Amino acid sequence: MKALVWHGKEDIRCDTVTDPEIEHERDAIVKVTSCAICGSDLHLFHNFIPAMMPGDIMGHEMMGEVVEVGSGVDGKLKKGDRIVVPFTIICGECDQCRRGNFSVCETTNRNKHLADKIFGHTTAGLFGYTHITGGYPGGQAEYLRVPFADRTHVKIPDGVSDEQALFLGDIFPTGWQAAVQCDIEPNDTVAVWGCGPVGQMAIRSALLLGARQVVAIDKIPERLVMAEAGGAIVINFDEESVVERLNELTDGKGPEKCIDATGMESHVTPAKPDTILDRAKQMLMIESDRPHVLREIIYVCRPGGVISIPGVYSGFSDKIPLGALMNKGLTIRTGQTHVNRWTDDLLKRIEEGQIDPSFVITHTVPLEQGPEMYQVFRDKQDSCVKVVLKP
Amino acid sequence: MYFLSNIVRFAGDPKIIRSGPSLRTRTDRLAQALGWFSIALGAIELFAPSRVTRPLGMRGRETLVRAYGLRELSSGIMSLSVDKQAGLWSRVAGDGMDIVTLLSELRTDNPRKANVGLALLMVGGIALLDYMGAQDLAAQGSARLGRRRLYSDRSGFPKGIEAARTSARRLTSRGEAALTAS
Repeated sequence: MKALVWHGKEDIRCDTVTDPEIEHERDAIVKVTSCAICGSDLHLFHNFIPAMMPGDIMGHEMMGEVVEVGSGVDGKLKKGDRIVVPFTIICGECDQCRRGNFSVCETTNRNKHLADKIFGHTTAGLFGYTHITGGYPGGQAEYLRVPFADRTHVKIPDGVSDEQALFLGDIFPTGWQAAVQCDIEPNDTVAVWGCGPVGQMAIRSALLLGARQVVAIDKIPERLVMAEAGGAIVINFDEESVVERLNELTDGKGPEKCIDATGMESHVTPAKPDTILDRAKQMLMIESDRPHVLREIIYVCRPGGVISIPGVYSGFSDKIPLGALMNKGLTIRTGQTHVNRWTDDLLKRIEEGQIDPSFVITHTVPLEQGPEMYQVFRDKQDSCVKVVLKP
Repeated sequence: MYFLSNIVRFAGDPKIIRSGPSLRTRTDRLAQALGWFSIALGAIELFAPSRVTRPLGMRGRETLVRAYGLRELSSGIMSLSVDKQAGLWSRVAGDGMDIVTLLSELRTDNPRKANVGLALLMVGGIALLDYMGAQDLAAQGSARLGRRRLYSDRSGFPKGIEAARTSARRLTSRGEAALTAS
């Protein structure tokens, strides 16, 4: 089959690889009908996430049709079912899964020993990601083996298109969880840093969860326009001071709730010298992340406020103002997304026509064009916001 | 073709049979080669500056060469990173500094004047490669920019924002009512 394979920094190729097979009784094989390139795939593309290996198949946002099931799937899936595959692989039985903390499932990481050493305790296995989270082959391919398939799926009814359903596997529940973690109240201002796909979902989620106003911060015009179309007030950080404008919008008090949908690769700009220092340190491998946005959020967030971090951080960050964080009594909530905790509710909202996540798709191309699309997406060429690949 | 990476795959995971074309262009490979060259030269200049000063008749200028070594190392690391264009431009600037320094050593009383001339030729050649690489990377970037589109019709709310918020509020109150009843 064809698959997008990681060969090193900035080197993804469309390779011919062997087909996946059922290995365990709880496995299923899915014929992928749609998959997407996620913002966090770019961290892998840049080799900023440790423990990738040449030969790894990319992709953790995918859906398709079940073509084979193992004997232990217990009738929960059958051939012909249309499913979205969540990026977090879950067993549904461990202590964490029973609590709904699916992204820290204790069972599914097949490199548990690595995660135990690096994180202190294991987290769930993830598709198309680092070997610290199991190194499972991803879904930017024609076929995908889904381990623990009896639990790791979201069934999609016929009335919902691939484009509407696909993002239930990652960015939609990720944006939703980011907003839920904010405990939004009716008078709240929610500020969202980063208007990429997750930021766009977080903006809309915050509005649906009842925020008085949502403020979106970025510098890419088309992304700001998309955020504005979704109901946000926008700030272009290249043209105005984020701190001043946010204070102006909140009577000088700062936003109650802040979402960092940027993560470890903040824009580097001479106007913010700390971003240049972070980039230099990242190159020298003495700092893994560029946390400029997090610093700015801690500075501008209203005392007693909540900071929600759906953006991916990989390792170590310097100069985090813990003094301000502590003295202002801020709460930080973060984590990989507990996808299956949210998908039933979100699917219902899509079916009711409350929201249609396909708004974010700007490019749809065959899988073979995937490698070039990594560059297009990374460089924001051709006004690219979200790429969907069709195997 | 045999792919070494297949050895480390889990037993059942897909293995590469045939590899597709690489995304790396000739210029990317040139930047990588120049990056490693920079690091090697920088290490020699930093840790063994006399290996540079002696053949060029520059004794006594070891501290300057060490500083140039640090500059080479930082340019090399940058050329190997995703910011390789900045790395190559920093190498071009460094080549300029090297040329000025070498020209100042092209004195009639320098017994190693011929070596300095040879070094100037080498630096000139490499400066040309650095410049061409940096220009090519800039051209690659601008050629791919494409048209700019705005997405003012992409609200994501098929029935409008207010209808979506009302419907979401209704869903929340139904959920809260169900929770209270249970």
